[in-house]
Amino acid sequence: MKLTKILFAMAGLVAVPFAAIAGEDSQLTINEEPLITSAAAPAHMENVDTIFSGWVFRTDETQALQMDDFDNPAFVFIDQAIDSFNAVDGSSGKACVSCHESPEVFKGLRASMPRVNGSGELETIPELVNNCRTERMGAEKWKWSGGKMAGMIGLIGLQSRGMAVDVAIDGPASGMWEKGKELYYQRVGQLDMSCSNCHEDNYGNMIRADHLSQGQINGFPTYRLKNAKLNTIHGRFKGCMKNIRATPFKEGSDEFKALELYVASRSNGLMIETPSVRN
Amino acid sequence: MAKGVKPRVKVPKTASAGEMVTLKTLISHKMESGQRKDSDGNKIPRSIINRFTCAFNGKTVVDVEMLPAISTNPYFQFDAVIPEAGEFHFTWYDDDGSVYETKKSVKMA
Amino acid sequence: MQFTRRDTMAIGGAAVLTSFVPSLSVASTNDLIMEVTGGATAASSGIDLTAPEIAENGNTVPISVDAPGAVAVTILAAGNPLPGVATFNFGDGAGSQSATTRIRLAGTQDVIAVAKMADGSFAAVSQTVKVTIGGCGG
Repeated sequence: MKLTKILFAMAGLVAVPFAAIAGEDSQLTINEEPLITSAAAPAHMENVDTIFSGWVFRTDETQALQMDDFDNPAFVFIDQAIDSFNAVDGSSGKACVSCHESPEVFKGLRASMPRVNGSGELETIPELVNNCRTERMGAEKWKWSGGKMAGMIGLIGLQSRGMAVDVAIDGPASGMWEKGKELYYQRVGQLDMSCSNCHEDNYGNMIRADHLSQGQINGFPTYRLKNAKLNTIHGRFKGCMKNIRATPFKEGSDEFKALELYVASRSNGLMIETPSVRN
Repeated sequence: MAKGVKPRVKVPKTASAGEMVTLKTLISHKMESGQRKDSDGNKIPRSIINRFTCAFNGKTVVDVEMLPAISTNPYFQFDAVIPEAGEFHFTWYDDDGSVYETKKSVKMA
Repeated sequence: MQFTRRDTMAIGGAAVLTSFVPSLSVASTNDLIMEVTGGATAASSGIDLTAPEIAENGNTVPISVDAPGAVAVTILAAGNPLPGVATFNFGDGAGSQSATTRIRLAGTQDVIAVAKMADGSFAAVSQTVKVTIGGCGG
């Protein structure tokens, strides 16, 4: 039976040395510019010394797809998002470009998100996009993980590529951050697993034929070979929760936003790779 | 026409006469294989791009017959010789009769 | 396009079957080559195929072929429901008779490339690509 096999394999593989990482010696370059894929873990992480981009856990062929923007299939969606950026939508007759001169004005945003805004609310990029759409453009909201949204947050995230993740976890963010941390270590679902069971205790080990990563989100939205589209952070959280047979939280929920903040803070020091390519 | 189909091509802007250049093309397309079933168990009909051609000044570089085993968002890389200044003409043919085209000109260096 | 859980399990089943009956896939590899050549024997040199030994996901497997002097190269995937993948016809404007693309493989199987040379002869090559079943389908 499959379940026992997985658990058995996981138990058996805990002892496998860390050298199991597929591409730990590989150097990521994108369009010939080098990007750092490992860094000292931020001080708040008690059980991990070094943080690794999900890129290092992938095979040579998957790694190569991210190393040139033409080979990276995510860019068909980035191109579509550039068209959306310039296209008028909604009752106000505005496009993104009516207020924001070009996507480049968002340089740096992705590296600091999610963040607490002036009203004390934790905000994410999809919410910023939808606020603009409903408040300023008079347009319909986009679905959290729909193609249009995933492309647009990919385009916005791309502007910060190569910048170090630096999300604030103190001050007004501390409450949500603590909540996110609690969720990260909370065992849930029929398999009674937490995020940490795979992504902290077993990264670098095999889960069936796959290398477990640290679950870093510095490359999101990411183009997955599995579904050949851009995948959002909350979409991926949902997938993980389904895999452990838990009832997933809703995309955009306070739980996922808090978890996003906590997981993003575990990437503090890694570089934004948006849009990355994973399996 | 299938929705959201967008070709991308990578072609050098300049070349010297007789130079061999590497071209890359990518087009967004689901490439529905015809092998899948929907949630009611009905076969989802095949809907793919079935042919891709590249020509330079009317001379064929490649002409590819494509079947459902080509991945979503079809990608091709191949080499062409550029004898003189001119224009690459890339064409994708969809099962539904749509034709997607793009052109890129190359100057002599 | 994405594989549903059921598809993935079917692929898994197919992969298991192939690994227990290796002779089956070898025979069909030869048959498939013969179909392209119209029964003529294909040389074993003159064409190179580059494919990963292990593909992380069968949805997108990068492959390259190089067959100097070929007029056409046909790619086949012996273990797919439909073995045909693509045929590259090289014209006068081609700089080489090589190409790279990304293909779908429904499980571990042989990828085959058959080149038709300008003189009407054929060359063929095949390589087994292991397709792994990911740990986290989510």
